[in-house]
Amino acid sequence: MSLEQFMNEAISPWLKDDGPDSDIVMSSRVRLARNFEDTPFPLIAEEEQMDNILSFFKNEFNHQSYNQYKDFEFVRMADLNSTEKQVLVEKHLISPHLADKSKYGASLISKNEQVSIMVNEEDHIRAQLYFPGFQLEKALQEAFELDDWLETKINYAFDENRGYLTSCPTNVGTGLRASVMMHLPALALTRKINRMLPAINQLGLVVRGIYGEGSEAIGNIFQISNQITLGRSEEDIIEDLKGVVEKLIEHERHARTILLDQSSLELEDRVFRSYGILQHSRIIESKETAKCLSDVRLGIDLGFINNISKSILNELVVLTQPAFLQQYAKKMLTPNERDVFRASLIRERFTMEQKEEY
Amino acid sequence: MECQECHQNPATVHFAQVINGEKSEIHVCQQCAKDKGYVSQEEDAYSLHNLLSGLFNTGSNTMQQQSLRKQEETLQCDKCGMTYQQFARLGKFGCASCYHTFADHLNPLFRKVHSGNTLHEGKVPKRAGSNIYQRKKLRDLKVKLQQAIADEAFEDAAQIRDQIKSVEKSLHREEEGEDS
Ligand SMILES: [Zn+2]
Ligand SMILES: [Zn+2]
Repeated sequence: MSLEQFMNEAISPWLKDDGPDSDIVMSSRVRLARNFEDTPFPLIAEEEQMDNILSFFKNEFNHQSYNQYKDFEFVRMADLNSTEKQVLVEKHLISPHLADKSKYGASLISKNEQVSIMVNEEDHIRAQLYFPGFQLEKALQEAFELDDWLETKINYAFDENRGYLTSCPTNVGTGLRASVMMHLPALALTRKINRMLPAINQLGLVVRGIYGEGSEAIGNIFQISNQITLGRSEEDIIEDLKGVVEKLIEHERHARTILLDQSSLELEDRVFRSYGILQHSRIIESKETAKCLSDVRLGIDLGFINNISKSILNELVVLTQPAFLQQYAKKMLTPNERDVFRASLIRERFTMEQKEEY
Repeated sequence: MECQECHQNPATVHFAQVINGEKSEIHVCQQCAKDKGYVSQEEDAYSLHNLLSGLFNTGSNTMQQQSLRKQEETLQCDKCGMTYQQFARLGKFGCASCYHTFADHLNPLFRKVHSGNTLHEGKVPKRAGSNIYQRKKLRDLKVKLQQAIADEAFEDAAQIRDQIKSVEKSLHREEEGEDS
């Protein structure tokens, strides 16, 4: 398979679009946790009960569609091999937890991969929607419509006082987890982010560095999400999150301006060194890849680099993860082989981009 | 700020924890948060286990607390069989009915996890009896009415009052319908 062909299948179609504020906010996600009224939660449900839920979803929702979301495909975890499951995890279509629950776990995924509904995860239903860029309100609105659509066929576990009842007390009430993925290189570079995190935490929001096996915010990508789900309306939760994200965008832009003013040459040097590494290295680890991709993304946003599109960075973030590499290589790779294969895939991708130029 | 566990990575997970009545702030990196059980594999940033054990060992011994603790030893959900002690250990409910079975014991937990909140304020399923939906709508309208009056937006207020009346009427009708 050619890389181009592989990419077209590997990248979620929605990921190819640029959303609002996409120089800083990569994506917005809303997830709703729901459960069936009369069935124990997946943690302790009996096999037959889980099987009933699976059949119900398959019968009622497979190949259905609503609004613009066409053709939901019902995928049982049991029908996938471990690389395929890992690919879905790396595309954020399912959680690692669902991938582990091979027997009764399933996911209903819309054709454009913007919506995925996990079945028999920690809750019976975890429905999530992604939007490119900063679009929390839109995501919430569409999540509500998705919820209403599911609700036409499902009696939810709901209590007037406690709201939507979930397996974990941290989700009860709205069952809502809203999050945005942000690229904050200037705040990270100037270490301002560390001072801002405790304040954000005080507002009932959580900030995490994302992806990679390591611990820190690899590639300067942070995920901000709400922690509180009870006692506040969905709109208020989104409003709070939105407010903090707006502040972070403002601070990041400000930090970028200052960096440009004070050390433009150093910044440019850093950007082009990383660009060089991505274009020419023969062995590259995922951590270095993430760092270089972050630098190049910043370089594009600041106008240092004009000849490549930002979407190739989105692609490479996904493609350079272990399961994707294996999927493309069509075989299991040792960590060392992965580093070699990763370097060649990145080179190939940049070469492709340059060919399109002419 | 560096991670207080490994002192190598920057701390990216921050939260407060209450153990035996003492509040402490935790600043750790993602990896240590996972390793030490502060966060579960995916997204729950609290270790409910720690939270629960902290909550119910506050050392104070009022009569009310003593009797609550006695109850906890025998409390069991008759729908799914989960005992209160299992719940405290797992930090997860077994089924929707657990919420009712353990109801008397949940407010302190919810307050800790949800910044003092214990009651749902959000979306209501349309199917869950239009009653709940209407009552919620009524509550929202009444808040709106107070706001309109405070803002001296009397035209709006009059409109909202009419809406309240019509919701009350339909609610009344439904409740009568349920009785018969
Ligand atoms: Zn650490
Ligand atoms: Zn139960």
